[in-house]
Amino acid sequence: MSDASQAGPVLAADGTPLKKSLQRALRAQKLRALALIAPLLIFILVTFVGPIADMLFRSVENAIVSETLPRTVVALEDWDHEAGEAPSEDVYRMMTYDMVTAAELKTHTRLGSRLNYETTGISSMFRKTGRRVDDFGEEYTDQFVALNPAWEEPATWVALMAASTDPFAISPAAEQALPETASIYADFAKTIADTKGDSVTEEEPWHPVYLALYTDLIANPDAASAFSGESAALISAAAAAVPTFEVTTTKDLFVKADKGWTDPEVWGTIKAFTPEYTSGYFLASVDLKKSPDGIESLPEDRQIYMLLFKRTLFMSLMIMGSCVILGYPIAFLLANLPMRTSNLLMILVLLPFWTSLLVRTSAWKILLQQQGVINDILVWIGLVDDADRLVMINNQFGTIVAMTHILLPFMILPLYSVMKTIPPYYVRAAKSLGATNWVAFWRVYFPQSVPGIGAGCILVFILAIGYYITPELVGGTTGTFISNRIAYHISSSLNWGLAAALGTILLAVVLILYWVYDKIVGIDNVSLG
Amino acid sequence: MSTAPENGFVVFDRVQKSYDGETLVVKDLNLSIGKGEFLTMLGPSGSGKTTCLMMLAGFETATHGEILLDGKPINNIPPHKRGIGMVFQNYALFPHMTVAENLAFPLEVRKLGKSEREAKVKRALEMVQMGDFGGRRPTQLSGGQQQRIALARALVFEPELVLMDEPLGALDKQLREHMQFEITNLAHSLGITTVYVTHDQTEALTMSDHVAVFDDGRIQQLAPPDLLYEKPENSFVAQFIGENNTLTGVVKEIREGRAIVQLDGGELIDAMPVNVSKAGERTKVSIRPERVEFNKDRLSPDALTLKAEVMEFIYMGDIFRTRLRVAGRDDFIIKTRNAPDQRRLKPGEMIEIGWLAEDCRALDA
Repeated sequence: MSDASQAGPVLAADGTPLKKSLQRALRAQKLRALALIAPLLIFILVTFVGPIADMLFRSVENAIVSETLPRTVVALEDWDHEAGEAPSEDVYRMMTYDMVTAAELKTHTRLGSRLNYETTGISSMFRKTGRRVDDFGEEYTDQFVALNPAWEEPATWVALMAASTDPFAISPAAEQALPETASIYADFAKTIADTKGDSVTEEEPWHPVYLALYTDLIANPDAASAFSGESAALISAAAAAVPTFEVTTTKDLFVKADKGWTDPEVWGTIKAFTPEYTSGYFLASVDLKKSPDGIESLPEDRQIYMLLFKRTLFMSLMIMGSCVILGYPIAFLLANLPMRTSNLLMILVLLPFWTSLLVRTSAWKILLQQQGVINDILVWIGLVDDADRLVMINNQFGTIVAMTHILLPFMILPLYSVMKTIPPYYVRAAKSLGATNWVAFWRVYFPQSVPGIGAGCILVFILAIGYYITPELVGGTTGTFISNRIAYHISSSLNWGLAAALGTILLAVVLILYWVYDKIVGIDNVSLG
Repeated sequence: MSTAPENGFVVFDRVQKSYDGETLVVKDLNLSIGKGEFLTMLGPSGSGKTTCLMMLAGFETATHGEILLDGKPINNIPPHKRGIGMVFQNYALFPHMTVAENLAFPLEVRKLGKSEREAKVKRALEMVQMGDFGGRRPTQLSGGQQQRIALARALVFEPELVLMDEPLGALDKQLREHMQFEITNLAHSLGITTVYVTHDQTEALTMSDHVAVFDDGRIQQLAPPDLLYEKPENSFVAQFIGENNTLTGVVKEIREGRAIVQLDGGELIDAMPVNVSKAGERTKVSIRPERVEFNKDRLSPDALTLKAEVMEFIYMGDIFRTRLRVAGRDDFIIKTRNAPDQRRLKPGEMIEIGWLAEDCRALDA
């Protein structure tokens, strides 16, 4: 009592502030708790949270364009798509450098596929051009070699380009005098070392390197002054000769490889997807498109994702509703029967869990198909004409039936465990107060079972919204879920970015619904028993 | 024992109940409860008292016999039409409604208007001194407060009969005593008939007009509390109500309303013949600890006495409790008031004990 009346913080027996000493006492407990969960936490982080985060990150990640075409991307900065013209020769030349490197590394096809998601046709352009790009600039090679056969020698190039201290680094002088050549030569050196294990001392440079040398010498005829000895002589001779060289624009070379390269649309796409992060996948997920002119919606015949999202939500809600309607009476019965009977019934409820999912789904196929058991019976008793048997499988109806059956236990179990905790005396009390059976149920029993309905609904809805196997097998074309599309992009079209974006949206939708549910019903009211 | 049905407000007429078709939980129950009476069904668990209450409320049906309420048979009337108020052991307040909503529930299902409902709820809450608690949830109330609300809810629709199933079982001792007083006051001032089930004999004795002691599916004795305590009709009632010393023996002779009983050890004692009619019958004699006298001056000169050895002296404040060895048994208890002149017995002391013949009842063996 006297402690509390003293001014200042309350002190423990040894004079330290009580708060501090309490914290110290609790810290050991906290550490112990942390140590106990650490193995599982690490396991979850490594095998679950990490991969999922990485996967979700792919929905915005877009470094491939700027990584594969670093020079083009810079050159395109000044180009204006609005003008409706193909970019300048500079851009094509930079594209040559980027493309030859990418073709050697075989990354150009990947970039082609990526850009093909946005504008169809780019993939084949990249593949075609990739096959021929190492010949771009061949005529410059020939003319340099004709001028002096030394240009064919790898040693000449090493002497010209390599730093005196390290044969694998570009000398600052070369970088200064011949910037483009130095840049592409550096890529050449690195690429052949990485892919073939070759050394620059043994390999003749790519033809585009000669193109670069030509361009540099035109731009800087005085380049020789940066060099000394033989190199200086070579360069000055070449610089004197280049103005007389025969010239082909790289643009023509590209157009020869594929006419598409004149299309401003293609360049617009490349420019639009220059940033390292893109909203393109998300826009595609909601049937929008990032065009060079801004965001526009896809043509109607190509809009499928919004439809699929709506259908997924609608069908999940239908399945959830069916589960409530079918599951509630069963759970009620189970909760109110004597233990022995209810245990037996519970086994029947759980039986589907012990049967393979595929078997159950296939069973529904057999039951519901047009030549199936149910149709046969309906025809036999004359309810349905043999000529127009009901279509009950490979559509929404089949998916809803099969998935309701599969997910029903997930509704019954939480309902049952909540109902089990509602003591029978509440209903008795209501009846003794004058309520009929129905009023006693509706006003007293039902409100207390709502937490079970909430838990069951959340469980069933979240399971349904991401369900894959059953809709894949019995969904046909009208009964498939968004998850089937995600699976398609993961395993068939390999458009992982789009798959990740669709997955992210799905996750967000679930979280939003969860939040809404929390606002309306209150998550505290959800109980698994 | 079992009386024939009279013209009571609530009448059980030869009621039997079996759950499994093999054993009877309630055997031939005949009971009549007068209007405005406070009747307690007292008995050990499994004695059938709660089953009787549930049959009256309509949650169980009688296997045989008839239950009449105000002269009309109610066997086939569903519980919600019986108009009987009921207070449950766990209060059974609806957790998802506020206190006021709980109280309004029976009025709502009776389709009373809003203003009338509100007035009645207010009055009922004030009746149990919980006027300010209408907006609370039952979980925000203490056990005693919940008990009051449950009581108010059972009374708010003005039933003529209220059933209470061990309503004070979950309360601590002090609160329980307070609520006992409140419930009896309320029941008497409202003039409602109350059937109260409990296994707590103190509760039964302090609250009731009549107590029906249940055992083995039968009413063992139906009597006002004082008669029940002082004049138990059989050894079960004597054992069950209050503290009791039992000695077994054989009736030696019955003369002038007085029986001489020879205990199994050979000693003779005075007793009052209740369930014995002739010499030679085995009997259990029952004597209350506070009616045992060891001061010879206070006994009649011709009273038979027993030798006793003091085993233990327990000081309990208002009384002294002394354990004696009597007639070969060492669980004989006597209670004496802590008065200034009271002698405090010492363990090992030898005394002689006796009693007035009418305090010692020779019951069935």
